[in-house]
Amino acid sequence: MSNKMSHNINNTEQVRRSLKKRHRQEKRFILLGKLSVMTGFLFLVFLLADISIKAWPAFQQSWIQLDVSFDPQKLGVEAPADEDALKKGNYRGVLKQSLYTMFPDVSTRRDKKALFKLISSGAEYQIRDTLLAVPEKLGTTQQMWVLADDDVDSFLKEPKMRELPQDDRRIKDNQVAWLDQLREQGRIESKWNWAFLTSGDSREPEQAGIAGALRGTMLTILVVLAMSFPLGLAAAVYLEEFAPQNRWTDLIEINVNNLAAVPSIVFGLLGLAVFISFFGVPRSAPLVGGMVLTLMTLPTIIIASRASLKSVPPSIRDAALALGASKVQTVFQHVVPLAMPGILTGTIIGMAQALGETAPLLMIGMVAFIVDIPQGITDSATVLPVQIYLWADSPERAFMAKTSAAIIVLLLFLVTMNLLAVVLRKRFERKW
Amino acid sequence: MNSTTLLVTLIGLAIMAYLYGRRRSLAVAAASGGVRHLHSLPRYYGYMTALWCGLPALIVLLLWSMLEPMVLNQQLVASLPAEVQELPESQLGLYLNDLKLIAASQDTAQQADQVKIDAIAYLQHMQELSAWFKTALVLVLALAGITWGASRISQHFQARNAVERVTRIVLMLSSGIAVATTVGIVLSVLFEALRFFEAVPVWDFLFGLEWSPQTAMRSDQVGSSGAFGAVPLFLGTMMIAFIAMVIAVPLGLMTAIYLTQFATPKFRSFAKPVLEILAGIPTVVYGFFAALTVAPLIRTMGESLGLAVASESALAAGIVIGVMIIPFISSLSDDVINAVPEAMREGSYALGATRAETVRKVIIPAALPGIVGGVLLAVSRAIGETMIVVMAAGLAAKMTANPLDAVTTVTVQIVTLLTGDQEFDSPKTLAAFALGLMLFVTTLILNVIALYVVRKYREQYE
Repeated sequence: MSNKMSHNINNTEQVRRSLKKRHRQEKRFILLGKLSVMTGFLFLVFLLADISIKAWPAFQQSWIQLDVSFDPQKLGVEAPADEDALKKGNYRGVLKQSLYTMFPDVSTRRDKKALFKLISSGAEYQIRDTLLAVPEKLGTTQQMWVLADDDVDSFLKEPKMRELPQDDRRIKDNQVAWLDQLREQGRIESKWNWAFLTSGDSREPEQAGIAGALRGTMLTILVVLAMSFPLGLAAAVYLEEFAPQNRWTDLIEINVNNLAAVPSIVFGLLGLAVFISFFGVPRSAPLVGGMVLTLMTLPTIIIASRASLKSVPPSIRDAALALGASKVQTVFQHVVPLAMPGILTGTIIGMAQALGETAPLLMIGMVAFIVDIPQGITDSATVLPVQIYLWADSPERAFMAKTSAAIIVLLLFLVTMNLLAVVLRKRFERKW
Repeated sequence: MNSTTLLVTLIGLAIMAYLYGRRRSLAVAAASGGVRHLHSLPRYYGYMTALWCGLPALIVLLLWSMLEPMVLNQQLVASLPAEVQELPESQLGLYLNDLKLIAASQDTAQQADQVKIDAIAYLQHMQELSAWFKTALVLVLALAGITWGASRISQHFQARNAVERVTRIVLMLSSGIAVATTVGIVLSVLFEALRFFEAVPVWDFLFGLEWSPQTAMRSDQVGSSGAFGAVPLFLGTMMIAFIAMVIAVPLGLMTAIYLTQFATPKFRSFAKPVLEILAGIPTVVYGFFAALTVAPLIRTMGESLGLAVASESALAAGIVIGVMIIPFISSLSDDVINAVPEAMREGSYALGATRAETVRKVIIPAALPGIVGGVLLAVSRAIGETMIVVMAAGLAAKMTANPLDAVTTVTVQIVTLLTGDQEFDSPKTLAAFALGLMLFVTTLILNVIALYVVRKYREQYE
C-alpha cells in the first residue's frame, strides 16, 4: 500500500517536473506558428513595396523645352503647304537646328550626335503632329516640350548616377553639362506620364505605353466571359440538377476536378494544336486567347457554381414542383436566381484567374511585338501579363520601371475584381 | 457579311421570331377563347419559334466557319500549278500563308509573279463566293425556321415540352465540354508526341542524358547535333519543385495550424484573406520579382559567403514558387484540420495534453492523409509552374545537384521551343509536345492520387 502510494507521488512529481519543459515546448510551437504567418506577411509586403518603389519613376517622365522654328526652308516645304507635304517635312532637321542654336559651341560630329541623343527619337513625330494640327504655325517659332530620351530620364531620376565614373553610365560627361545648362534655364521638367496609359508598345521606353495591352486584355476577357459564363453555368446546372447518377456523370465530375489542376501551359499546347493548327483560328488574336482561357477557367466556374446551386435548400425545389412548375421551370425560375450571387462570384474569380494568366498565351503567339492598338477579336494583340513578360526581358533600364508600373495596373485590376466578388458575396449571400 | 455581323443579324432575327411566335400564339388563343386554352404559356411559343430560327442557322454558321479554311486551302492548292503543288509540305504551307497575307492586304500591285497573282485572284474569288453562300444559307435557314416554327403554333401544340427538351440537351452538351477538353488535350499532345517519337526513339528521350534541341540548319554546321535526352530537364524540374516544397510545406502547414488552433478569431479573419492575396498574384509578377529582386539578393548573399552563385540559380526560382504555394497548402490543410472531429481534440485535452501536444500527436496524425493529398496537389502545381521558371531559371540543361547552379525545367523548354517563328513540323517543336505529354501525365497521376486520398479520408469522419 505505501509502496503504491509513493509510486503515485512519483508520477505526479514526474508530471510536475516535466510541466515546465512541456509549456516551454508549447510556447516554442506557437512561436513557430506566428513566425510562419509573419513570413508570409513579410514576403507579401516586401513584394508589393519592391514593385511599387520600382514602378514610381515610370509615372513621371522628363521633358525638355525647345524653341522649335518651323522654317519652311529647313522643313523643305513651300509656304502654303497642304497636309501631304507637311507630313513629309524634315522635322529631324528642325529639331537638330533648334538644339544647335541653343548650344552654339557644339561643333564636332560626335558631339552633335550626342547632343541630339538627349531627346527622344519620337520627338520629330511629336512636333510634326503639332504642326499638322495647326498648319498656321508654319514659319513661326514655338516653345515646345518634347520627350527626353530614356537614358536621360533615368539619369535625371537617379541622383546617384552622377557620381559613377563616366564609363559606367549611359550619359557621358558632356551630356551631363548640357543637361545642367538646360536645367538652369528651366528647360527640363518632370511631368505626370499620361502617355503610359494612352499609347501602344514601343521599342523606345520613353514612348512605350500599355494602351494596346489593356485593349487586348479587355477583348480577351470579353471573349472569356461570353463563352465561359453560359457554358459553365449550363454545365453546373446539368451536373447538379439534371444529371442521373451514372458512369458518364462520374466521368464528367472527375474530369472537371482534374482539369482544375492541369498546368495552364498544357491548355496552351491544346490551343496551338487544335484551335490554330487544326481549325485555323487566327494566331495571336484575342479570339483564340479567349478560347484557351475559357477552357482553363471553366472548371473553376463549374465548381463554384455547383457549390452555390447545392446550397439552395431542397424545400425551394419541392415548393416549386408542388405548385406545378416543371423541372426546367423550377431550376431556371427559382434555383438559379437564388444561386446567382455565388455563381457570379465564382465567375469573377475565374475571370481574375484568366486576367493574370500568361503561359498558355505564349504558346498561341500572343507574344508578338505589337504597336497598333487592336480593334477586334481577330486582330493581333497582346495582353497585360504578356506585356509585362516582354518588358521584363528588355535590356533597357527604363523598361524595369515600366514593367513594375504595368504590374501595378494589373494588380489594381485584380484587386478591383476580387473586391467586387467579396462585395457581391457579402451583399447577396443568404444563409438558409 | 462576315461572321460577326451575321451572328448579330441572327440574334436580331431570333428576337423578332420570339415576338412573332408570341403574337401568333396570342392570336390563336384569342380565337379559341383565351390564353388558358393554350397548352403552354404564350412565351413558350415565342421561345420555340426563336429556337427554330436561331439554332439550325447557328449550327450551320459554326460548321461553315470551322470548315471554310480547310476547304479553301484544298481548293487553292488544287488550283496551283504542279511544280508548286510538289513543294515539301512545310514550304507549301509558307507559300500558302504568303498568298493569304497578300490577299488580306488587298495589295497585289507589287507582285511580279504571275502564278501568285492568279492564285490570289482565285483565292479572293473563292472567299467572296464562300462568304456569299454562307450569308445566303444562314439567312434562308433562319427565315425558313421562323415560318416553320410559327406554322406549328396551335392550341394543343406542346411548346413548353419542346423548349425544355432542347434546353436539357444544350445543358448536357455543355457539361460534356470538360470531357471534350481532356480528350482534346490527350489527343493533341499525344498525336504530336508520337510524331516526335518517330524521329527520336522514346528510350533516348526518356533516358538520354543530353539535351540540346538546336538542330542544324545546314549539314556542315557544328555544335548543333540535336540531342533530345530529357533527364536533365526532369532533374531540374524536380530540384526546383523540391526547393519549393521545402519552403512551402513547413510554412504552409504551420500557418494552417496556428490559424486554426491558436489564433484569435479576429486575427484569423484578418490573416487568412491577406495570405490569400499571395495566391492571387499573377505568376508573371512573381517571375519578375524572382528574376530582378530575389536572384540578385541570393547572389550577393552567396558571394559574401564566398560561394559561386549563378545569376539564374535554381534556389531563387524555387523559393519564390514555394512562397506562391504557401496559401495553397495552408488553405487545404486548414480544411482537413477543421474536419478532424472536435471530440478527438477535447479527448486529448481531457487527458492533460497541452495544445501543442494535441496538435502534434492527435490532430496531425488524424489529418495526415488529407495533408499528404494537399502536398501532392502542391507538388503538381510546382512542377507545372511556368512563368516563374521561364523568367528566373536558366535555359541550359545541366545535370547538377547544386541549388546555386542554373538549371532548366520542362516548362521552360516547352516555352523556348514554341515561342519564336519556326515551322510546325521540325523535331524541335514536336519535342515541346512530347515534354507536354510528360508534364500532363505526371500532373494527372499526382492529381488523381491526391484527389483519391483527400476524398477517401473525408468519408472516414463524415
